[in-house]
Amino acid sequence: MFTKLLLNHYEAAAVILSGIGLANLLLQKNMIKKIIGLNIMDTAAYLFLAAKGWVAGREAPILLQDINGEWITRVDTYVNPVPAGLVLTGIVVSVSVTAVALSLTLKLYEKYGTLNIDEALLAMTEEQKIHEAISEHANEEIAI
Amino acid sequence: MNLDFIAYNTPFISIFLMMAAAIITPIIPQEKRLPEKFSCLCIFINIILSGYLVYFLATAPENIGFNYPVGHFPAPWGNELRAGLLEAVLALIFCVAMFLSVTGNFYDTVNEISARRRQILSVLINLLTAALLALTYTNDIFTAYVFIEINTIAACAIVAVKETGGTIRAALRYMVMSLVGSGIILLSICLLYGLTGHLLMQYMRLKISELVKTGMYDLPLLVSVAFMTSGLAVKSALYPFCFWLPDAHGNSINVSSAILSGLVLKGHIFLIIKVFFRVFGLDVISALRMDIVIFILGCAAIIMGSVHALKQSNIKRLIAWSSVAQVGYIFLGLGLNSEIGIAAACLHIVVHSLIKPMLFTSAGGLSNMAGHNKNLHDLAGTFYLNKSAGTAFIVGACSMIGIPAFAGFASKFALTAASFESNLMIFAVAALGASSLLNALYYIPAVLVIFARGKNNNLEKIKLPLSFHVSIWIFIALNFLIGLAFIPLLNLITKGVSVFG
Amino acid sequence: MNDEIKIIWLKFFNWVMGNGPRPENEIIPPELPPDLPFTRTPDKKHSRFHEITISERLIQWLSLHGLHVFANFYNILSIIVCLLIIALMLMTVADLPPFGDFHNPANNEVVERYIKAGARETGAENIVAGMILDYRAFDTFGESAVLFTGAITVLMILGTSVKKDKSELKRLHLKTHSGFEDRNFLAFAPSLHIYRDDDAILRGVASLSIPVIIIMGCVVIISGHLTPGGGFSGGAILSTALILCANAYGFIKVHEFFSERTFIVSSSSALSIYALAKGYSFLTGANHINSGIPIGTIGDIFSAGLILPLNICVGIVVAGTLYGFYALFSEGEI
Repeated sequence: MFTKLLLNHYEAAAVILSGIGLANLLLQKNMIKKIIGLNIMDTAAYLFLAAKGWVAGREAPILLQDINGEWITRVDTYVNPVPAGLVLTGIVVSVSVTAVALSLTLKLYEKYGTLNIDEALLAMTEEQKIHEAISEHANEEIAI
Repeated sequence: MNLDFIAYNTPFISIFLMMAAAIITPIIPQEKRLPEKFSCLCIFINIILSGYLVYFLATAPENIGFNYPVGHFPAPWGNELRAGLLEAVLALIFCVAMFLSVTGNFYDTVNEISARRRQILSVLINLLTAALLALTYTNDIFTAYVFIEINTIAACAIVAVKETGGTIRAALRYMVMSLVGSGIILLSICLLYGLTGHLLMQYMRLKISELVKTGMYDLPLLVSVAFMTSGLAVKSALYPFCFWLPDAHGNSINVSSAILSGLVLKGHIFLIIKVFFRVFGLDVISALRMDIVIFILGCAAIIMGSVHALKQSNIKRLIAWSSVAQVGYIFLGLGLNSEIGIAAACLHIVVHSLIKPMLFTSAGGLSNMAGHNKNLHDLAGTFYLNKSAGTAFIVGACSMIGIPAFAGFASKFALTAASFESNLMIFAVAALGASSLLNALYYIPAVLVIFARGKNNNLEKIKLPLSFHVSIWIFIALNFLIGLAFIPLLNLITKGVSVFG
Repeated sequence: MNDEIKIIWLKFFNWVMGNGPRPENEIIPPELPPDLPFTRTPDKKHSRFHEITISERLIQWLSLHGLHVFANFYNILSIIVCLLIIALMLMTVADLPPFGDFHNPANNEVVERYIKAGARETGAENIVAGMILDYRAFDTFGESAVLFTGAITVLMILGTSVKKDKSELKRLHLKTHSGFEDRNFLAFAPSLHIYRDDDAILRGVASLSIPVIIIMGCVVIISGHLTPGGGFSGGAILSTALILCANAYGFIKVHEFFSERTFIVSSSSALSIYALAKGYSFLTGANHINSGIPIGTIGDIFSAGLILPLNICVGIVVAGTLYGFYALFSEGEI
């Protein structure tokens, strides 16, 4: 198994990275660090895909010309172009998702002054209690 | 005049129409709520198109459906959509539910959010519809991934569309959970691409059945199916991964809750069905023992969702937890791993996408009478102030409990019938029975509360616009239609499932 | 009579209550030591000498440290889960087809056609561009829609919320730097980018490099079908020019030619053109009609059918969106 892992070392690195990303996501309390963990996971997936596309001894999939100026379209010249396209799509997806998550984090910080989602919950319940107390007080005053 | 080309192009046109609508909605002027009306119009056109497609496929001599190449290149090279009877029925139901949720809560969004945000909300609703339709029709796993992401972002955005601390927190939590799911799905797609070299479902399936025959790559296949299932299960709130759902669905405004609970979850669930059926094949799934796992999680979701719902005092959170239980029903049907079980699961998707928006819309109408209070004890006596909403709530509750003649009975009946053919019958029937009891335990008090003439006699009646009442009564009519005449619908779905694979 | 009864009653009462005179022959029991367990069971909880049992200690300790324990338990559990997943994935990877081998299942007839016929069928010298914008263009359309969704969502979350009065802050910031006593201003100061007139280095570098960046971005966009690059990378380069401009000359300067309205109109119209062009191509393709879009000669700038206009549209959207993200995050508006 170990020799096979060495053979597939890019994929192995990718899955270890994705595990690190997942650990980050589960263990970190800080939202921004969580989002960094998510990005590590995504990037690991791109590394995995890029490794899947590579073929030994071939060129990048941009057409080359031979000596006579003819385009070379032999299959054994270029690597697999599909993963490149998938990675491109994935990167754009990851950018927009990260932006949305960060903007929500920013709003959370503006509301509660914390980047920890559990602390925000505590702050929220306290806020609610105060709010309820105030409204009850107001009701009593009306009753009087 | 031959209208076949309309039916043939419907899968693409309906997705494309919604995306184009989303793209031009930001530049529509905000006066007279034009963006929202435009979005309603587009969804309505989609209802007509999907309805025609259902009619076309149901009356076609051999209703095996068709593949639709998107672009000039045939299947293994270009993207492809697939429209069969099952997809068409689900697309029709999704469009109807979306339309009614938007029109039913049309009055409510004005009170809750500013004009600017309403415009963006209608963009997001268009995008969600497009993503749902794309997830329903797609035949390409990477297209599915892209539209899952659109679905995720738009769903988080419509949670946060009203800016309060609770919604921001719920949206963030939802976002993080969904993104974990997306990451896992992407890894699984990478694995599958590495093993099969295809992204289109039918070619992947050919390759996978070859691999299974040779016995190669058993572990990677198992890992990829496990990752795909768990990723999509996180997004569709299967039990152990469902704790984001009540926050997200309970805190947001009514239209968001209705759409999220009724529709967004279903897109992901239908994708799981699609992956099981069209990418792996049911025999591979049962060889990898995924069906048992799904079945157990489904049973757990049914029981635990109801148990959690019992503890709730906020009506929206109660309905949200009941969604967890209902998702469990669908997974239970899926876990039976037979065509009839999956047909029952699809029937439950249809039923639940019509009941849940109705419940949320009516709960919104009721709480509107009680001064936007959502606590159950504040809703006492609201039935007398808003009779349509009250009736709809009762009908929805009876449906959820599974009383005959209501829609919920149809799917429970189908699920029970399906479980008789499986060796897991005892567990399935026990879970269904227990959950019906639990559903009754938490829905009946809620129904009794809205009838109670108590301390809330000083509430004033607020007149709600016609759009609300009309939508609510259409919901109720559809509910009875399905509840009383579900056999033809079930036949349609069963036919669709039989040509699905 | 009455008095006697009363006295007797009183005596009886006192006797019952225990504060009357004792009968003479009463044997006074010896004082027992307080902690003999079999004669008297002391009230455990209130006794000073009571030893806390293990279960009570556990409850006490949990009430103090319960959350902590749960957190630790959760942490350990998640580490174990992650390690398990990594181990499982490593086993999977060891089972996968070998890296870089051309016999791998991924190198099949799909790739063969993309490489062999890609240039002929799409006209693009860059096979990846031909693949994502022609063969699998529906995915890419969805991808642009994802970016659009992200942009509109961030705009909603950050750009349309109810804010403190920003015009006041702007005025303060424009006037002088003497408004620092104002607490409101201090609270917003980090997000307000105070521009100094004497930041000559930044401005000098910006004035030199912005034209170069813009030209670079345009080249990357326009030659997307010939060389590596295309709408997404070129748009990202263009957006850096806008961001640099905002940092050197101030957001107000950028606002003069790139406001929120410009952003929305440009993105929407670029994406509409994209949607119309691609919709035409998809519909004709699906109905097996010749679309009549010329392919041109491979290697020319004006070749590859729709790929060039699509790249330009995507470039506009990406440039606007990435600058929009920057502006929204740092300023709260575009």
